[in-house]
Amino acid sequence: MSSVKLPVEKFKLGMLLGDTRYRSTTVQVIAFIIFVAVVFWLVDNTVKNLALLGKDVDFSFLWMRAGYDINQRLIPYTNDSTHGRAALVGILNTLLVAFIGCIIATIIGVFVGILRLSKNWIVAKLMAVYIEGFRNIPVLLWIVMIFALLTEFTPAPKAFRGANPEASMILFESTAITNRGTYFPNPIWGDGSIYLILTFIISLIAIFFFRRYARTLQEETGKALPKFWISLGLLLIPSIVVYFLSGSPVTLEYPYLKGFNFKDGIYIRNSFIALTLALSLYTSAFIAEIVRSGILAISKGQTEAASSLGLRPGRIMNLIILPQALRVIVPPMISNYLNLTKNSSLAIAVGYMDVRGTLGGITLNQTGRELESMLLLMGFYLCVSLLVSAVINYFNRSFQIKGL
Amino acid sequence: MTNISFVREKPLPQLPPPITESTTIGWIRKNLFSGWLSTLLTIFSVYFLYICLKDFIPWAYGGNWSAGSIRECLDTNPDVACFSVIGARWRQLLFGFYPYEEYWRPILTFILLFVSVTPILSRRFAKYFWISLIYPGLAVWLLWGGSVWPVFSIYLAFVFSGLGFYIARNQFKLSTGLSLMIAVISLIVFYLFLASPFVSLFKYILPINLVVIESMQFGGFLLSMIIGFSGIAASFPIGILLALGRQSDLPLVKMICVGFIEFIRGVPLITLLFVASVLLNYFLPPGTSFDIIVRVIIMVTIFSAAYMAEVIRGGLAALPVGQHEASAALGLSYWQSQRLIIMPQALKISIPGIVNTFIGLFKDTTLVSIISLMDPVGLASMIRAHRNWNGIYWELYVAVGLMFFVCCFGMSQYSQYLERKLKTDNS
Repeated sequence: MSSVKLPVEKFKLGMLLGDTRYRSTTVQVIAFIIFVAVVFWLVDNTVKNLALLGKDVDFSFLWMRAGYDINQRLIPYTNDSTHGRAALVGILNTLLVAFIGCIIATIIGVFVGILRLSKNWIVAKLMAVYIEGFRNIPVLLWIVMIFALLTEFTPAPKAFRGANPEASMILFESTAITNRGTYFPNPIWGDGSIYLILTFIISLIAIFFFRRYARTLQEETGKALPKFWISLGLLLIPSIVVYFLSGSPVTLEYPYLKGFNFKDGIYIRNSFIALTLALSLYTSAFIAEIVRSGILAISKGQTEAASSLGLRPGRIMNLIILPQALRVIVPPMISNYLNLTKNSSLAIAVGYMDVRGTLGGITLNQTGRELESMLLLMGFYLCVSLLVSAVINYFNRSFQIKGL
Repeated sequence: MTNISFVREKPLPQLPPPITESTTIGWIRKNLFSGWLSTLLTIFSVYFLYICLKDFIPWAYGGNWSAGSIRECLDTNPDVACFSVIGARWRQLLFGFYPYEEYWRPILTFILLFVSVTPILSRRFAKYFWISLIYPGLAVWLLWGGSVWPVFSIYLAFVFSGLGFYIARNQFKLSTGLSLMIAVISLIVFYLFLASPFVSLFKYILPINLVVIESMQFGGFLLSMIIGFSGIAASFPIGILLALGRQSDLPLVKMICVGFIEFIRGVPLITLLFVASVLLNYFLPPGTSFDIIVRVIIMVTIFSAAYMAEVIRGGLAALPVGQHEASAALGLSYWQSQRLIIMPQALKISIPGIVNTFIGLFKDTTLVSIISLMDPVGLASMIRAHRNWNGIYWELYVAVGLMFFVCCFGMSQYSQYLERKLKTDNS
C-alpha cells in the first residue's frame, strides 16, 4: 500500500528567477544592489580622487570675497562681495533672461502660430518659413548670429558725434542703438508720482470690478456692454488726468553723448539683447507649432456649431476654440519655457553673466571647487525644472475635462 | 394652333467654370485678396519680402568665390558676399583637422552608415542584421585608426561568450539563467586573460593598421555626426529600458528610473558637458582618463536617453490596455509580450518623437564648441580669427546654418513620411 504522494514543493534557487511569486522581489533586490554598488563606486572614486588632489568638499568659498566684476546686476554687487552673492546675481540674471524671453516668445509664437493657419497663402507660407528656419538651426548659432548683427552692424557711439553725424538716435531722439548696447530713456519718478501710481492701481481694480459686473449683467439680462472700450477708458483716462493735475511728475532722462560713450538713460547690453532675442525667436517657433496643433486639435464641428449659433469668426476663436485649445497648448508650452530657461545657459557664448557664467564659470575657475560649484549649479536648474513640472501637473489636474 | 411650349432636346454646351474658381486669377483672389484684412496682410508680406530680398539676393548671387582673403574680396566688390572663405575652408567645416589623405575613411564610414541601418529599417534586409552589429566597431576603427585587433577582440569576446552560452545550454542542458551566468563569466575571462595576448599575437602576425587620428583632429560636421549618431544609437536601448522601468510595477526600479530621468531632464546639456570635461575624472577610478570625444558621447548618450525614455513612455501610454491584457492572455511572458506585441506598436507611435529627439540632439552637438571642441560653430569662430578672414560673419554662419537646416529639415520631413507610411489605422 502506498498513499498518494503529494508533490512537496521544495524551494530551489532557480525559483527566484523562474517563479513569478519571487521574481519581482529578486529583480528589485538585484536592482537595488546594483544601484547601491554603482553609487558607492562613484562616491568612493570621488573621495579617493579628492584625497589624491588634497581637496575636500567644502562650501565655505561661498562666503569668501569674489574679486571679480559682473557687468550686469540687478542687486548691488561689487568685486568685494562674496561668491555666494555673485551666484545670486547670476541666478537673477538667468531668471531675467528667462522671464523676458518667455514673454516675447509667447507673443511672437501665438501670433505666428495663428497666422500660419491663415487662409492667406503668402502669409501662411512666410510663417512656415519662419518656423522651419528657426526650428532647424541650432540655437547657439542664432545667439552668435544675432550678437554679431548687433555688434558689427550698429554704429559705434562716436558715430553719433558732431554736427553732421553718421548715425542718429531713433524714436524722437530718445533711444540710441550702438555696438555697445542700447540706451533707453530712464523715467525719473519725481514728487507726486505716488498719486499717479495709486490712481493706476485703483483703475486696475475698477476694471476688474467693472468686468465682473458686466459679466453678471450679461448673464442675467443678456445685455452686453462694450467691455473693451470702457476698460481701456478706465485704464487710461484717470491716470492721464492725474498726471497733468499733479504737474507732470514723471520725466524722462534722455541718454546723451559724453566723451566716448553715452551717459544716463537705461543701458542694456548687447549680450543681453542678443541672448534674449535669439532664445525667444528660437522658442517662439516651437510655441507657434504648439499653438497651431492645439487649434487644429479642436474638431471642425466646434467651429461649425459655433457659426450655426450665429457667432462671428473673431468670437468663435475667442469664445469657443481658444478656451478648448488652451488645454492642449499650455502643458507643452510650459515645457518650452523650461527649455528656454535651460538654453539660457548658452549665455557664455556672448559673455552674458548668468548663473553658469558666475557660479559655474569664474567662481569655479577661481576657487577650483568644481564639484561644489557644479552641484549647486545643477541643483538650481533642477529646482527650477521641478517647480515647473509641479506647475504643469497642477494645471493638468485642474483643467482636465471633468467626468472623463 | 401654335405650340408655345418648348422642350429642349439637346443639352446646352457646357460652360467653362466661373473665372473665380478655376483660373490663376480666381486662385489669387481666393488666397491673397479674400477680404480687406487678407489684402492688407498680402501687401504687407510682399513688402516685407521685398525688403528682405532686395539686398540679400544681389549679395548672395554675386558672391565672390575665388578671392584669397577678405582684403581681396573687399577690393573687388565690398557689397557682395565673400564666399571665398567657404571655398578655402570647406574641408575644415566638414572634417575639422582630419588629415586630407585620410578623408576616404570618414566618407566610407558615412556611406557604410546607410548600409548598416538598412537591415534595421527594412524588413527585407532584416537577415543581414549582423552588418548593423559589426558597424559600430568598424566605424570606430575606420575613424580613429590604429590596429584593427583591439576592436576585433571586443567582438571576439562576445562571440566567445555566446559560444559559452550555446554550449552550456545545448551540450550540458543547463537552465537559461545558469547559461547566462556562464556567458558573462566567459566574457570576463576572455577580457582578463585572453584578450591582450590575442591582440599582441595578431598585431605581430597580421598587422592591419590605419594611421592613428587624435581626437583633437576631429571637427566640423564629422564631429557633429559622430556625436549625434553614436549618442542616438546608444541612447535608444537605454531609453527603452528606462521607459519600461518607469512603467514598471516594481516600485524600486520605478523610483530609480524616475529619479534618473527627471534629474537629467532638469539640467541643461551644457552643465552635463562641463561635467564631462571637468568632473568625470572625479567619478572614475584614480588614474583613468579617456578621450574627450568619448566622454562627450557618454554624457550626450545619458542626456538623450532620458529624453528618449519620455518619448517612448508616451508611446507606451498611448497603447490601449487591451494590448497588454491580450498578450498576457496568450500566455506570453513579460519580455515576450514587450518584444512581440507592445514595443513594435509603441515605437511606431513614438517615431515622430524619436526623430525630434534626434534632431534636437544633432543641433545640440554645437554646444561642444563651448568646451572647445571644434564643431562647425567653433570652427566658424576659429576661421574668423585667422588673419585672412578676420571680419567675415554672414558667409560662414549662412553656410553652417544651411547645412544644419538641410540635415534637420530633411530628417523631419522623412519622419513625417515614415509616419504616414506606417499608419495602419483607418482614420
